[in-house]
Amino acid sequence: MAVMISGASSPLYAARRRKNGITMTLAYLATGFGLIWLALILAVLFYEGFSGLSLKVFTEMTPPPGAAGGLLNPIIGSLVMTFIAVLIGTPLGILAGTYLAEYGRYDKLSTVVRFINDILLSAPSIVIGLFIYEIMVATMGHFSGWAGSVALAVIVVPVVVRTTEDMLTLVPDTLREAAASIGLPRSLMIRKVAYRAARAGMITGVLLAIARISGETAPLLFTALNNQFWSTNMNAPVSSLPVVIFQFALSPYKDWQNLAWTGALIITLAVLALSITARFLGSQSKKS
Amino acid sequence: MSMATFTVPTVTNAASNKEDLVEKVTVQNLDFFYGDHRALKNINVSLYHGKVTAFIGPSGCGKSTLLRILNRMYDLYPNQRATGTVRLDNDDILAPSQDLNLLRAKVGMVFQKPTPFPMTIYENIAFGIRLYENLPKSELDGRVQQALQRAALWEEVKDKLGANGLSLSGGQQQRLCIARTVAVRPEVILFDEPCSALDPISTAKIEELIDELKEDYTIAIVTHNMQQAARVSDFTAFMYLGELVEYGDTTRMFTTPSDRRTQDYITGRFG
Repeated sequence: MAVMISGASSPLYAARRRKNGITMTLAYLATGFGLIWLALILAVLFYEGFSGLSLKVFTEMTPPPGAAGGLLNPIIGSLVMTFIAVLIGTPLGILAGTYLAEYGRYDKLSTVVRFINDILLSAPSIVIGLFIYEIMVATMGHFSGWAGSVALAVIVVPVVVRTTEDMLTLVPDTLREAAASIGLPRSLMIRKVAYRAARAGMITGVLLAIARISGETAPLLFTALNNQFWSTNMNAPVSSLPVVIFQFALSPYKDWQNLAWTGALIITLAVLALSITARFLGSQSKKS
Repeated sequence: MSMATFTVPTVTNAASNKEDLVEKVTVQNLDFFYGDHRALKNINVSLYHGKVTAFIGPSGCGKSTLLRILNRMYDLYPNQRATGTVRLDNDDILAPSQDLNLLRAKVGMVFQKPTPFPMTIYENIAFGIRLYENLPKSELDGRVQQALQRAALWEEVKDKLGANGLSLSGGQQQRLCIARTVAVRPEVILFDEPCSALDPISTAKIEELIDELKEDYTIAIVTHNMQQAARVSDFTAFMYLGELVEYGDTTRMFTTPSDRRTQDYITGRFG
């Protein structure tokens, strides 16, 4: 007959339970500590930001000191530059990610590309700003919206490369073999089967890249600079939300500071919306 | 390479010798390497038109490897190579000049796990047809229906052709994959453990299907299930440690195997 050792009364088990309890408490405390700061930041942001939020923010230009105004030109500037950055960065990122996950899977080159991409992924954005300053602003002789877009695109590319590769790697090889088994050429397999299977994840990657660049200030400081006035000329300095926030928040004028808070709130809400969309798409792709 | 070196296992059943067997796929002196590892050793075997040939043997014996040579599936991966001769009719499958897409259109494959494409049921079938034929919509519809009927799936899906292929049950998905394979009008169909992820009822359906399909195709099936091999196949090949130990008429293989190892495996003494 087997001897039953009563687990509950064993001193070893009791010690383990105690340790478990302590570890769990510490984990909860650490989580709470982190969340408190996040909650505080959001509370202040919402309090300060909402008080300045009005229709005027979306219809009027940035004001001179002491006057009332809105954030229309930086909002439009940010939207246009982000859009162009995504337009440049997404195809490059998807193609490079496709190379890494599909064509170059067994190449030495892909290891090198992956390594460089990882470096680029964590490169300080101010370095990217300076780089674009050197090759575009310095050679063209003036700040421009194009330079800002390109700087943002340089940030988009590694994010999209990474997510595209990761998502394509998640597509099981059995699906690739199934595609091959009916005589499907590789290029068609990638476009019609692999992309389709990885679509939600790849779109999520692009959304996360947008979220990432919409708050970037450093790369724009040296490239798009800022513009007090309404301008859709991408060859000239273009205003953007992060740079305006940076400038207004540091200013001594109360109106400007209030607008900076409102701008910060707008960016935060936009990024939040993007993240929620990305999450939603991610959960959808897991279901199918 | 001289003919004298061939040791072709002979089909030793009198009954099947009487029939006119049409050799569809011929494998001669086939070796296969994963890097330096020799996974198949001097394989000689034939697949006949209108017949089902089952490959049995313990895990790792090389039966799936052999199957994946017949449509050059191994070509998708690096450091794998085959030497010897494999012919489809008179076409050299292993030739470097072989067009792999055309070969695979002729030699279809059904996998262990159902692998529907992430698209609608209709598209899963139409996709393969469109690759090689430019058909008007009505004709394409007909071909899709034909393929689904052939795979005994039509009645179950005819009202939801627009539904995602992944929404079907496992057994239905596997039949969808069979329909997809059949739709391309292959000459040979390779089944790589097609029922190992399915329940008994779905398995019975697939087996029935294989029996119906064999009239028009040359079929090879890899299976771990010896009852299944006995049920569906006309010929059985027993493989062990990368060698083809014995090959012959299924009834004879399961009643009077001539090799000791075959007998041990069939009676469950190992594997």
